Amino acid sequence: MLKIKDLHASVDDKEILRGINLEVKAGEVHAIMGPNGSGKSTLASVIAGNERFEVTQGSIELSGEDLEEVSPEERAHKGVFLSFQYPVEIPGVSVTNFMKTAINESRKAKGLEDMPAKDMLKLIREKSELLEIDRKFLSRSLNEGFSGGEKKRNEIFQMAMLEPKIAILDETDSGLDIDALRIVASGVNKLKSKDNAVILITHYQRLLEYIVPDFVHVLHNGKIVKSGGKELALELEEKGYDWLKQETAV
Amino acid sequence: MAYTEEELKKELETKEYEYGFYTDIESDTFPIGLNEEIVIAISKKKEEPEWMTLWRLEAFKIWKEMEEPKWANVHYEKPDFQKISYYSAPKSADPNKTLDDVDPDLLEMYRKLGISVDEQKKLQNVAVDIVVDSVSVATTFKKTLAEKGIIFMPISEAIKEHPELVKKYMGTVVPKTDNFYAALNSAVFTDGSFCYIPKGVRCPMELSTYFRINQAGTGQFERTLLIADEDSYVSYLEGCTAPSRDENQLHAAVVELIALDGAEIKYSTVQNWFPGNKEGKGGVYNFVTKRGLCEKNAKISWTQVETGSAVTWKYPSCILKGDNSIGEFYSIAVTNNYQQADTGTKMIHLGKNTRSTIISKGISAGKSQNSYRGLVQVSSRADGARNFSQCDSLLMGNECGAHTFPYIEAKNKTAMIEHEATTSKIGEDQIFYCNQRGIPTEKAIALIVNGFSKEVLNKLPMEFAVEAQKLLEISLEGSVG
Ligand SMILES: Nc1ncnc2c1ncn2[C@@H]1O[C@H](COP(=O)(O)OP(=O)(O)OP(=O)(O)O)[C@@H](O)[C@H]1O
Ligand SMILES: [Mg+2]
Repeated sequence: MLKIKDLHASVDDKEILRGINLEVKAGEVHAIMGPNGSGKSTLASVIAGNERFEVTQGSIELSGEDLEEVSPEERAHKGVFLSFQYPVEIPGVSVTNFMKTAINESRKAKGLEDMPAKDMLKLIREKSELLEIDRKFLSRSLNEGFSGGEKKRNEIFQMAMLEPKIAILDETDSGLDIDALRIVASGVNKLKSKDNAVILITHYQRLLEYIVPDFVHVLHNGKIVKSGGKELALELEEKGYDWLKQETAV
Repeated sequence: MAYTEEELKKELETKEYEYGFYTDIESDTFPIGLNEEIVIAISKKKEEPEWMTLWRLEAFKIWKEMEEPKWANVHYEKPDFQKISYYSAPKSADPNKTLDDVDPDLLEMYRKLGISVDEQKKLQNVAVDIVVDSVSVATTFKKTLAEKGIIFMPISEAIKEHPELVKKYMGTVVPKTDNFYAALNSAVFTDGSFCYIPKGVRCPMELSTYFRINQAGTGQFERTLLIADEDSYVSYLEGCTAPSRDENQLHAAVVELIALDGAEIKYSTVQNWFPGNKEGKGGVYNFVTKRGLCEKNAKISWTQVETGSAVTWKYPSCILKGDNSIGEFYSIAVTNNYQQADTGTKMIHLGKNTRSTIISKGISAGKSQNSYRGLVQVSSRADGARNFSQCDSLLMGNECGAHTFPYIEAKNKTAMIEHEATTSKIGEDQIFYCNQRGIPTEKAIALIVNGFSKEVLNKLPMEFAVEAQKLLEISLEGSVG
């Protein structure tokens, strides 16, 4: 589904991603871990098409299509979703209105009519129940004054509404309390299918107890320095990153 | 909830200035130039009584002695007042017309403007007066209104039919001497609307005037006089468009509102005069004096959405003369390309316990300049006066400017005046966030701008809110690189 080959990306001439190779197949869950500043969010941004970063080498393919010339909104229409580490605020725009616009823009791109209000309502009801979101919340301005955890849960609500093919969750677990983490994780699990895939960026083993990854990768200095199964996460939790850093320095 | 996105979308395919057409209607246009003879000729054309002619001549005399104001934060080539024609009327306009008699070309023009002067409007409960160039061409619903004793007619007719009311109130809120453009308007105003709501009457429908400059080389000087008698209520809407032209056209209106004891007036404007092209050529100079007087317990609310005009100079104000009276000003001003706007309000607190609220949202894009200029004045007698002002600016790009000039003059120690101001920029991260959810940049900007303007959009009557949102989107077209 997603195939990343020798990806290099930089911002303001500073190279951040230095040759990433990653293949994610339909039905898989991949976890990406790694020390602060190693380039995890940058990788997520670049996959989503953020033009702030310049891809200097390599390629990203989605279902066989090279994404180089594909705009961020078109990537979204094709099923790329990013749950942001730091979701932005849009004052005066309600969550409902925002989602409605997003869904209808995607439909428009596919040559479909706007979603009828009735269906939209049904969808909202269904997904807000899935994530145990109070409906009142949906009339509030997007992310404005949301607590850290609320922002994260709202990201996953949006993911549920948009039903992406590949979802990248950038530290969605940080900021969530224990109950919220369980709710969000079970939401993600319910949305998971053999036709879609999830990339989890996280620092903590806890999330991976709920959403069990097929693969765990460690990013360091813009490169994947180690990959393994779910037990790698446990090993990292125990040992930290130093041993890997040393290993790669050699 | 007033989410109108669906309807908007279809219409958004064409984002050029939509109202830039010119309708070829035979018209009766005065030669260019301004002197006493022209002033007299206008008055004659309108078959005015002598007192009105004399009133105009006096205003003309005052105007000749005055100079154009220079304090506004706008730069433009001074109009040559001798190169403008001061009267232009579609030939087929007849003051006694019913809609059936209206020239089909005119009706076609209304259709293009999206004004349906027909059954549809009746359902929507809006009475419309339409002023094309210098003449009012259609007033609907006269009869329904008359039953309630409401007078809603072109001011030219009111001068003849209700001279006592016009004489009593015209020029009392905006005197001839008020300012350069008000004096000019007083001398040469051609048409506009007159409205009187009797004591205790709640006007059952929105009253609306649609202004349109059609003819080239003409100025539009309309005058609106609205009187809400004691304990009455009226909501009034005003819309404006003009054809796209390379030259600058002058629009200098005067609007006077009088809210007697306990009355309430809600006055909403969607101003979309031609803003000039991308290079800043052409466009309307919009120099307008709007002011309302509140007697005891009265309330006046101004709501405006200003997206058009090359240069705007406009300060809808309230004189809070009566005790406990309330003034409100809600404004959205959008400037793009080379547009310049200097707009705001004056709240003059004279009575005790008077209250005013100012919410101004300025949105600047392109190379435009957007200024808020507001005065809150509290007289020594105005015990317990309160004001709250909030001025928010939203910038798009690095070449535009937003300026805020709040003036506060408080002569009473009990006054409570609060002022809040913010300036923000549409961030790349906001746009990317929207993009990531599948929303293209133009749409993302419209969404963010609508969100920014929400408090003011919510103040508009439903029907106008739809149009206003659409206008915001259209006027910001091309504002991102
Ligand atoms: N816009 C930018 N301008 C300059 N430097 C940037 C920019 N974005 C990211 N960087 C730098 O790139 C490096 C990688 O950042 P990134 O956010 O991808 O790290 P991360 O792995 O997500 O870290 P964390 O675990 O703290 O979230 C950091 O050194 C960061 O300072
Ligand atoms: Mg990060």
